Amino acid sequence: MTWFLIGVGGVVTSHGVGMAVPDWPNTYGYNMFYFPFSQWVGGIFWEHSHRLVASLVGFMTLMLAIWSQGQGGRRLLRFFFFPAGLLISLLVLFFVRENVGQHLSITLGFSLFVLGVSFAWPRMGAAPVLVRRLAWAALGLVVCQGMLGGLRVTLYADQIGIFHASTAQLFLVLISVIALIVSPLWANQKPSQLLNSGSSSDQAAQRVKASWFSWAMLVLSLVVFMQLILGATMRHQHAGLAVSGFPLAYDRFLWPPTDQDFINQINSERIDHREFEPITALHVQVHMVHRATAVLLLLGAAVLTAWVVRRYGWRHAHAMQSLFFLGLISTQAALGIATVLSNKAADLATLHVMIGALTLVSGSLIFLNVRRELHLANASSRVRSKAILPAKLKPEWSSASA
Amino acid sequence: MNPKKIIVFLAALTASAQLVQAGNITGKVTLKGTAPGELNLPLDPLCKKTVKPNTTPTTRFYVTDDQGGLADVFVYLKNVDASTAPADPVVLDQKSCEYSPYVVGAQVGQTVKVLNSDPVLHNVHPTPKKAGKEYNKAQLPNGPALEFSWDKPEVFLRFKCDVHPWMFAYVGYVEHGHFAVTKEDGSFTIKDVPPGTYEIEAVHRKTHTKGEGIVAKVEVTDAGGQVDFVVDITK
Repeated sequence: MTWFLIGVGGVVTSHGVGMAVPDWPNTYGYNMFYFPFSQWVGGIFWEHSHRLVASLVGFMTLMLAIWSQGQGGRRLLRFFFFPAGLLISLLVLFFVRENVGQHLSITLGFSLFVLGVSFAWPRMGAAPVLVRRLAWAALGLVVCQGMLGGLRVTLYADQIGIFHASTAQLFLVLISVIALIVSPLWANQKPSQLLNSGSSSDQAAQRVKASWFSWAMLVLSLVVFMQLILGATMRHQHAGLAVSGFPLAYDRFLWPPTDQDFINQINSERIDHREFEPITALHVQVHMVHRATAVLLLLGAAVLTAWVVRRYGWRHAHAMQSLFFLGLISTQAALGIATVLSNKAADLATLHVMIGALTLVSGSLIFLNVRRELHLANASSRVRSKAILPAKLKPEWSSASA
Repeated sequence: MNPKKIIVFLAALTASAQLVQAGNITGKVTLKGTAPGELNLPLDPLCKKTVKPNTTPTTRFYVTDDQGGLADVFVYLKNVDASTAPADPVVLDQKSCEYSPYVVGAQVGQTVKVLNSDPVLHNVHPTPKKAGKEYNKAQLPNGPALEFSWDKPEVFLRFKCDVHPWMFAYVGYVEHGHFAVTKEDGSFTIKDVPPGTYEIEAVHRKTHTKGEGIVAKVEVTDAGGQVDFVVDITK
């Protein structure tokens, strides 16, 4: 759902309709859940859909955080969220002037809903501390994310849009990490045989290799995140495609010129029904850094995959993971090229954002998975050494007496 | 005769003499080079209903006539003292999901009144970078007019509709009333300019994306002045 939300957000920016709904948190004066469907026209459709899907993701994250408390969630629902809903309803009653009935129906409806749910809430154990902390962190992040989205609209600040887009990626990673940790995959994970077979020096060598693999994946994931921030910056400059042409950039092999005459020329020649901000030298530089980093990423992922396959063979899990990651990076590169060649067509640009998000999540989860594997391997070694050590140290008299 | 009356009479005489002496600056803006082709607007079904049958609205970046005359160029005098803004507003209308006129001039402090003649909801979103505060207001189908004004000049001050991302208008917002927008044949007339030598600037919103256009000098006499501009896109 979060991935889908990022996609809808991508469509909003790709179409340049982020300001199609001028108010927030209301929609054209209505409580957003009451905005009539007949009015979802043009850019409003995408922006309003984005807000509604975001509300659903926010609500689901709230439920996740409460769920992580186990049966303690009952108390939270009954003694915190129910009164909080009532308090907000009172505030609406006293301070809101328009569409009070609409707002009250939502806030009071929420209060009654959580009260009702509290009685049906399962009596289960709480999730592990780590999961609980991550779930509440996710709730905090999603609230911040909603506020960022709202401030971007009400403060007319494009820069906030860049933070909003980047935070969305972090939120997706966090939610994916929670999903991984609570999954049976995590609970049943065992260290691969390679890490625990052979002599202790063989095991140590294997673990060093696995560790290298994990850190390389982390570095690549961080570069992917940087690429996503650069991409968000390019999108929120609202300048359209700053550099046209591929593989050449404005007919130049390495770097296009950025002198003012050239910039003026490309601005006057550019025709699009969307009104973009004029391209500047900085826009061109950012675009070219994005391209150059993409090439580095592709090379990095290819080298890592070749290294992993040579050491582990095709069928090893790490080889599969590397190949999958390389596949995503290659798809992402192809989508980037298609985005340029199509003059930033909205559907391709959005797909580019979505696959970028998937690449970041995949890299992060692979990193976590391998670190967990190493952690389990080290833990099992410690257990074995503890089991072996007393036997070695067993005093000779004990066997003699036996 | 009362000395006060004499002074008032002389002042009135001087003022009327100045008015008589004021001339018009005329000229023409032409485009050098081949303009890129315009694009069809991707109207949504509701907007299509507002357009005349068998017409396809296009972008309006380079509107020219057979002689190369370039329309929608904002021409204004530079370094002229500020004057009081007229009380009458400048009107921008939203018709058939397009702003009309596309380029218009107004004085700092003068109200820009935005109408919605469409049976479609629009958001009116002026995006000044120098003039002052940005606004984004909803305007219901055939809803009441919205009025905006700012206290600093800006060429061009953009109006947009985010519901329909192809809708734009550009306002040349300057501190005095000596400005004009070129007609379809590229001609313009700046009326009632007192005699003198002036710097005059022609700004085309697509070619001069930073709002810095072509500057020339013009001599204005009692008979007026004349200056032509060439917007060169071959460079």
